[in-house]
Amino acid sequence: MSDLTKMSAAQLAKAIAGKEASAVEVAQAHLDRIDAVDERVHAFLHVDREGALAAAAKVDRGEVTGPLAGVPVAVKDVIATKGVPTTAASKILEGWRPPYDATLVERLRAAGTVMLGKTNMDEFAMGSSTEYSAYGATNNPWDLGRIPGGSGGGSAAAIAAYEAPLAIGTDTGGSIRQPGAVTGTVGAKPTYGGTSRYGLIAFSSSLDTPGPCARNVEDAALLHAAIAGHDPRDSTSIPQPVPDVVGAARLGATGDLTGVKLGVVKEFAGDGSEPGVLSAFHESLEALVKLGAEIVEVSCPHFQYALPAYYLIAPSEASSNLARFDGVRYGLRVGDDGNRSLEEVMSLTREAGFGPEVKRRIILGAYALSSGYYDAYYGQAQKIRTLITRDFESAFERVDVLVSPTTPFVAFPFGSRTSDPYQMYLADLFTIPTNLYGGPAISVPCGLSEGLPVGFQVMAPTLADDRMYRVAAALESTVGTLTPPAL
Amino acid sequence: MAAISREEVAHLARLSRLAVTEEELDRFAGQLDVILQSVARVGEVAADDIPPTSHSVPLTNVYRDDVPVPCLTQEEALSGAPDAFEGRFRVPRILDEED
Repeated sequence: MSDLTKMSAAQLAKAIAGKEASAVEVAQAHLDRIDAVDERVHAFLHVDREGALAAAAKVDRGEVTGPLAGVPVAVKDVIATKGVPTTAASKILEGWRPPYDATLVERLRAAGTVMLGKTNMDEFAMGSSTEYSAYGATNNPWDLGRIPGGSGGGSAAAIAAYEAPLAIGTDTGGSIRQPGAVTGTVGAKPTYGGTSRYGLIAFSSSLDTPGPCARNVEDAALLHAAIAGHDPRDSTSIPQPVPDVVGAARLGATGDLTGVKLGVVKEFAGDGSEPGVLSAFHESLEALVKLGAEIVEVSCPHFQYALPAYYLIAPSEASSNLARFDGVRYGLRVGDDGNRSLEEVMSLTREAGFGPEVKRRIILGAYALSSGYYDAYYGQAQKIRTLITRDFESAFERVDVLVSPTTPFVAFPFGSRTSDPYQMYLADLFTIPTNLYGGPAISVPCGLSEGLPVGFQVMAPTLADDRMYRVAAALESTVGTLTPPAL
Repeated sequence: MAAISREEVAHLARLSRLAVTEEELDRFAGQLDVILQSVARVGEVAADDIPPTSHSVPLTNVYRDDVPVPCLTQEEALSGAPDAFEGRFRVPRILDEED
């Protein structure tokens, strides 16, 4: 393995800017690494070799500059990339090449990054393991027989396997943070509206949030800064400046948290977490206390209803959003024999194009939105969303951030949670409250349990993304980063 | 008692334009029943006087400046279509012949 693939994004940017390495060399080193390991990891659905080398050559010719000039990045396949296949890991979009770039892809180019390709995921970002990808699961670099988390398992695994130093994910219920936790990498969900959804294939529009994946906190902050900020093409984009996340990460890395109050959510204690996850979490709390932080127990009584509320809200929005896949404007069309009606062709197309989890959620969403059930399900879930937001707000009157394990269990073996969909949903028990509230949260590696990575989650108030980076970087400064066994 | 019947699942699948198989109906009905029994917990919370939250960002009346910007060309817009004809999306018949 080339040393270039072991370097951080910050180191690579510096080396390329200082002409110690060329952007083409760096891109080639990562493409070689992909060739060497991706058959086993399967992090990528599409590798854009030509595009990557052409973009890198532009950096070397001085035509493209920017804070991350020449640094390779992998992009989750739910994000539109002009001319580069974008499938959301669904058969219904097989072969689709978008005619435009997502805003964040434009910003990645403007920052000088070199896109290596598109990463695997659960179909339409619905899942916690990549087992619902229509193109086969991604394997966790820590143990190829285990899941890499989901939905953004491809992005997390690509980073953990040194196939890319940076990747983009999207987080609707934990799809950046939970893969980060189980692959020993860093994943951050920005404040909702802090990163643009323009060009993101919609799953649950009121929750979907693109964000950074990286091997360390500073790199995540650098990528966050590159993609965040107001976008007039997204009506839910927040027209306010982005907090100084990079400065906060560097401040945190000094290892001083004097005066910072960390809230431990009482209701999360022992809630289905594996013992090894809990002990790594508690050891991390002790480490943070040694850095000057103060631990405060807080009560968030409505968090226990977050998972049920989420599984009403997200499928409801999905059932509406996925209506656009009708076999007319893009993607698959099945059964158009000249005799069948539009409605029959649409039904056959959607039946053939969507996988089982997507179908389940469309039906569940249609149910929750049905007249007669709307008030009891969707309407009630929206009220619980208000109560969860109030829980966060009252907690943040007493503490600076909330902390928890990212996910209750380490990477589980393939097939162990697919027969009962609700068992899969439990992976997002600790990540979902933040999505309903809209605030930022980050997962940072905090140790191992039975040889597998455990993630530590830091949740911050809306628009205080800098706070979570400070605490995460402080933890990283004391527990270090994790390195998977050689592939 | 089941929260959702096989017949209800079949009805919702039809509304959702999913030509599900008999085998899928059997499987989904059981799985959706487990999921619905679990999410029905939202009903435990007394929330009559709580306003709903549809969105975490309280933005209203979001407009951009009324300045023309480039958009997709007709060719680009049709580039991913399964079938196109004379610059338009071509679709299967919508009306019966006797209509």
